[in-house]
This record gives sequence, C-alpha cells and structure tokens, in this order.
Amino acid sequence: MSRLWLCRKATKLAIGDAMLDLTYETPKPKVIAGAKHDWELVIGMEVHAQISSKAKLFSGASTKFGAEPNANVAFVDAAMPGMLPVINDFCIEQAVRTGLGLKAQINLTSAFDRKNYFYPDLPQGYQISQLYHPIVGEGEVLVDMEPGVARLVRVERIHIEQDAGKSIHDMDPNMSFVDLNRTGVALMEIVSRPDIRGPEEAAAYVIKLRQILRYLGTCDGNMQNGNLRADVNVSVCLPGQYEKYYETQDFSHLGTRCEIKNMNSMRFIQQAIDVEAKRQISILESGGKVVQETRLYDPDKGETRSMRSKEEAHDYRYFPDPDLLPLVIEQGWVDDIAASLPELPDAKRARFISNFGLSEYDASVLTAETASADFFEQVAAEHDGKIAANWVINELFGRLKKDDLEITSSPVSPAQLAGVIGLIISGDISGKIAKDLFEIVYTEGGDPAQIVEDRGMKQVTDTGAIEAAVDQVIADNPAQVEKAKANPKLAGWFVGQVMKATGGKANPKAVNQLVAAKLGL
Amino acid sequence: MAIDTETAARVAKLARIKVEDSDLPALAGEFNAILGFIEQLNEVDVSGIEPMTSVTPMRLKRRVDAVTDGDQQDKIRANAPDFREGFFAVPKVVE
Repeated sequence: MSRLWLCRKATKLAIGDAMLDLTYETPKPKVIAGAKHDWELVIGMEVHAQISSKAKLFSGASTKFGAEPNANVAFVDAAMPGMLPVINDFCIEQAVRTGLGLKAQINLTSAFDRKNYFYPDLPQGYQISQLYHPIVGEGEVLVDMEPGVARLVRVERIHIEQDAGKSIHDMDPNMSFVDLNRTGVALMEIVSRPDIRGPEEAAAYVIKLRQILRYLGTCDGNMQNGNLRADVNVSVCLPGQYEKYYETQDFSHLGTRCEIKNMNSMRFIQQAIDVEAKRQISILESGGKVVQETRLYDPDKGETRSMRSKEEAHDYRYFPDPDLLPLVIEQGWVDDIAASLPELPDAKRARFISNFGLSEYDASVLTAETASADFFEQVAAEHDGKIAANWVINELFGRLKKDDLEITSSPVSPAQLAGVIGLIISGDISGKIAKDLFEIVYTEGGDPAQIVEDRGMKQVTDTGAIEAAVDQVIADNPAQVEKAKANPKLAGWFVGQVMKATGGKANPKAVNQLVAAKLGL
Repeated sequence: MAIDTETAARVAKLARIKVEDSDLPALAGEFNAILGFIEQLNEVDVSGIEPMTSVTPMRLKRRVDAVTDGDQQDKIRANAPDFREGFFAVPKVVE
C-alpha cells in the first residue's frame, strides 16, 4: 500500500545540453493520533496570485498599492452602466508564462464566465473568472521538504480572474467603507490537486510556488500586501485511503473537506490546517459528520469558524460572460514566451550542485531568490564555487541580515567580494584578516586590494620576518619553552603570540611550521 | 425542467429583487414559458459543431498594459448615496 512514499522518485532536468536526474524520496504524510486511531491529512490549495501588471485586467486603472482610496478606479471597475471590459494583453501573457513555468498544458482557447454574487466590494455583482475553460490546465510543483525529500504536487488548473475591492469595517459603527482600488486587478488562481499531506508541506508548497512566480516575474509574491493569498481545503482520512484515491482518482475514498479562506501568512496556514484537522477528527470520532463548508481561521482564538453568510450565497449561477469573446491565443506566441523563460529554481539548484560542487542545502539557500543566485554566480565565476558559496552565505547574508538589508541593496558588490576572496586565495591575506577586510569594504566601500595595500594588511609570508618574530617570542619566554617541550600542545600558545606580534598578518601555516621547528617538537 | 414558486423565490432572492409571495406563481409561470421556448433548441442535433460565440467573426479585443485611467473620485462617487473620506459608505457588512 505504501509504495507511494517508499519508492524513490526521479525527475529529469535539462542542465544546458545535459540531462540531470534528480532523485528524491517522498515525505511521509502527517499523522494525527485520534482517541480511537490514527488519521492522515489531505490538503488541496487554491493560491490567488496577483499578476504584476501596471494596469488592471479589464481597465486602464493603475494597480499600484497604497494609493488614495478609490483613486485607481475606472468606470469599468466601478461598474458604471454601459461600460465594457477590454482585456489586458500583458496579463494573459503572464498567466501563460506561469503555466509554462509549472510545466502545464496551455489552452489556446479559453473563455470567461460570470460568477454572480452580491457584496459591496464587487460593484458589478459578478466576478469575471474562467470556470469552464481555464487558460492553463494540468501542471506540477516539486515541493522541497529537506535535502533529498520532496513531493510532486499536481496542479489542476490556473485561471485568470478579477480581484474584489476592500471593505473596512472599523471606521464607523454603522457603516462599512469600501475602497475599489483593488477591484478588477488581475489574479491568477492556481488550483492544486489534493496532493499535500501536512501543514509543513502546505507551507512548503506556497513557498515553492512563490519562488517560481518570483523567478518568472509574474507575481511579486508580497503576502503582506495580499498579493499572494491561499484558500486551503482540508480533509482527514484513515491511513491507506489516500493511496486508493490516488490510484483511482475517486474522491469517495477521501473525507469531506472544508475550505479555509483567504490566508496570507505561512504560519497561519499551518496553524489553521492543524486546528481544522483536529476539529474534523473529533467530530468523526464522536460519530458525527463533517459538513462541507467555507470556514475562516481566527488566529487570536486559534479556531476555525463557519462563514455561514457565504454559504447562503453559494449559488454562483456561473454563465459565459456575454461581454467577452473567447480568448484565443496562437501556439507561436506561446512558443515565444516559452523561449523567454528564465532558468527556474529546480534547474538552477541542480546546476549549482553539479557545476560548483555545492551541497543541496547551500544550493537551495543561494537559489531562493534570483538576485542571490546571480550574485553568487558572479563571485563564483572568478573563484572556486564552494569558497564563493561559503562567503556569500555565511559572511554576506549574515551581515545583510544584521542590517535587515536585501541582497539587491548589498553595499558589497560581487566584484568586491570576489576581490576579497581572491586575496585569500593568492595568500595575500589570512582568512581572519579577510573578515576584517570584508567589514571595511562593507562599511566604507573601496577596492579590496587597494585597502590591503594602503592599510598594510598584507600577510607576512616572508619567512625571515616571521622567523625573527618567532625567535623573539621564544627568547622572551624561556619558562614557556620548557613547558612546551614537555607538552607539545602548548606550541599553540607560541603561534598565538607570534600572530599577535605581527598584527595577525603572519601566514599561520608558516608560523606553525617555524614554531614547531624552533622548539624542536 | 419545471420551476416551482420556491425556486422562483430563491432566484429572486439571489438577484436581490423583491417579489411579493402573491406574485410568485405568475413569475414561476413566466420562467417555465421561457425555459420551454429555449428547450426547443434541444431538438437540434449539434454534435460535432463548434459553439458559435459571435455572429460576426471577431477576435477578442485586447489592450496594452498601460495606466490610462483613474484619479477621478469625483466622477466615480457621483451616483453613490453615501461617500465619506474617500470611501463608499454602505450599511455594515461584517463576516
């Protein structure tokens, strides 16, 4: 039964001209122990990603965040009578690009439908969406859990739709205030199959999806501003049931699901899934039935609760939008977009591992953002990849984090960091001095080689000078010399004294050898 | 498919149109007449025929991604019964 996660899976990735086999193990599903027996989680996600366009999906109003209320509103968005939607070409392209990035089927003909419901932040009285004929079909996301462990989550579809406006409920005791700036902004709804098997996997799925979207440049992934939100479908089942579903694609093997709406934090997604699964288990174990419904997560109370008002209006009476002809795109156009895709995270990571000899962990850290990966590649172009990775991850990222800076605003350029590393490799400075040099370059800027020259930071490799320093320390400390002869471990003390005397500039290797030789060890 | 008064009431409610109970039977009757008329189309064999979406052969018109509209709060609010501090004010809706 458990062949799903016991077998190792492999996927092929093109790295330049070569194909690379990525082998990974499927993670174990999360198991929650109930009062009677164990339960497993089954999770599907609908991620709403705002398309990074300048103008809205069907109007020429701006999508800019933080504008004055109702400033970014065209007559189309306000649903003034007689106004007709005209689709934004760029938004279609971004949806196709996203589909290609998720290795998905692109539908050359898709169509728009009206999803009817009344709410003050939706002046049309319907949302224009794509229920029956989405622009993107089946795709996939490889969700990394830890080195060598990943789950391939199937994407069912991606469709384009309009966002709604924003209601503010706390400005007046009796009224809700509505801002239509967001109304009509283009969203991609990315719908997964129920292939996610635990809260951590759900968060990892959103992280990976966000990473791919950011690589593609189709969505900025800013969750704080609500540009990436997730609806989570949660159900529980007995061990073994999921495998039956997977083999037959028959949902009757799975439990009844509840949908938790509109979450924009990884932490809340995980908490909500956990809380909701436990709620369902306690209902089932006490002989009850889970009712399929929409729920909201309340992080303050740590519970999910039913959105009853939403249920009443659940009859959306979808029908094809008569204002919009079917969307027909050409294969040649899709091919052009495919040819312009950047290298995506999985391929980049695999290439970093195979070309630079990095660990999977280091490669993952460096490829989290395109900007970090580009930075690293510029440094690694001149030096050994492992040393470059070490400096970028440990020194640079560590220092940037301290100042709460992004890689894009790093005070140290790739050329400067490469310069620092070059000076270590050439033996001009020691590793310890290099850290001081890095700090100087970080805070003051400048050419590393010039700084070393100007401030006399060069490592002393001249054995004569080092020898003199060693002789001096030995001559000054006869008692220590006797002790060291009896206990060779104390030689380290002499090395330390010599380094101190030379201001840390002596080549440690040379000092070690000379101290040992002079002490006759 | 026959529409009863209960369905007619539900459709009216979803459309936010107030219909008196006494008017429901007549409304249901009208629905049934319309649906009956449309059902005649089921007699036509359309297997293998692409659905026609437009009478004239037209392509979906598209716009370029440029900001060409907005900054017209005064016009947007013109029909609003209540508008305060830049917002449309509506009777409280709380989830």
